[in-house]
Parts: sequence; C-alpha cells; structure tokens
Amino acid sequence: MPRLLGVDIPENKRIEASLPYIYGIGPTRARDILAKAEVDPNLRANKLTPEQLNRIGHVITENKYVVEGDLRREIQQNIRRLMAIGSYRGMRHKRGLPVRGQRTSTNARTRKGPRRTVGVIRSKDAKTAKV
Amino acid sequence: MGRSIKKGPFVDDHLMEKVIKSTSSGAKKPIKTWSRRSMVIPEFVGHTFLVHNGKIFNTVFVTENMVGHRLGEFSPTRTFKKHGAHTEKAAAK
Repeated sequence: MPRLLGVDIPENKRIEASLPYIYGIGPTRARDILAKAEVDPNLRANKLTPEQLNRIGHVITENKYVVEGDLRREIQQNIRRLMAIGSYRGMRHKRGLPVRGQRTSTNARTRKGPRRTVGVIRSKDAKTAKV
Repeated sequence: MGRSIKKGPFVDDHLMEKVIKSTSSGAKKPIKTWSRRSMVIPEFVGHTFLVHNGKIFNTVFVTENMVGHRLGEFSPTRTFKKHGAHTEKAAAK
C-alpha cells in the first residue's frame, strides 16, 4: 500500500479516487493535484512509482493545501475562538446544538446525539404542596 | 453571500458617533446600544458595550477576536431552558 504525507494509505483504487481519502482533499483537488503532478488519474494507486508519489506529495505541500492533522487543528481552533468570544455560534457549539439556525423542536439528531428521554424531577416541596 | 468590500463593514451611524465620542474623551463608560446589527470593527476594541437583547442590556467587552462579528451575536435573545428546573438545587440558584 502506498503512503502519502506520512500516515495516509489509500488502496487499490484509481489514484484519482484514492487521493480523496486524505482529509482535506476532495475530488476537485485530487484532479488538480494529478494534473499538476502530471500523473495519469486512471492509474491504480499501487501501480504508482515512488517518483510519481513523490511528485504528488510535492504538489500538495507546494500549493499549501492544508491537510489532515493541520486542517483538523485549524477547524478546532476556529471553533474554540467562537466559544472563547462568547458568540452565539460558540454557544451552540458548547451546547452541542445545531449552529446554523436549524430547527431543534424535532430532528437535529446529528448534533444532539441519540434521544434521551428526560422526565420532570420535582422537589419534595412541590409534592407536598399538591397534597 | 458576503457583503461587497467596496462598501466596507456596516455600522449604524448613531453607534459610530457614540464610539468616536467615547474614544476622544477617553471615558471608560460603557456604550448603550440597540444596534445589534452593527459589525464590530477594529475601532471598537477595548470598549464595553451594553447590547440590548429585546429585554435587557448585556455587557459585551470587545476584544480583537470579535472583529468581523456583529454586536448581536454576543447578546443572546433566548433563554436556554433546561429540564429538572423544579428541584431544590435549581431553586437555590
């Protein structure tokens, strides 16, 4: 299995299809990179020569594409900034609710996670007051 | 869709006036405003604003990181309701 940029190991697919396995590279970037590195996009990833792999790696670093760990860190930092300044969006991140104005009465399960049924917990005073 | 760069950031005129006045006088008094739609621009950094949320004025101290956001983003308009508000622990608060 060929390695690119340290840890990434795309497999027996066309190189055009296996590059997007790298976090931060999608179909468009993959095509751009291959064009710049002058590698045939139809070649299988395992058929690439080390020299071709090198060229691909070079293109990625030269174009300053932020990829993998760096990209993840950048995103995390942006979110942390939003939370630190006390903005509405930061608040939504903290509470694990949708950030972009979606409804929460129903749905929003991706952000909220699995359903948790919450019953009302009444204090003792409230109980005696009723009786 | 972003705003045209040509126009520059939007700040209500009445708010801008207040900020300029407060900067020139060097007063530390917070600026009361209803203009939630005004963008935070670098001139605001270091000032304290009282941003209306429809009911009360929330204190917002502007730092460098806030530039580019709008004042309203820092003054929430809704109360976040939680379950279990009827317990003694919550009542004590």
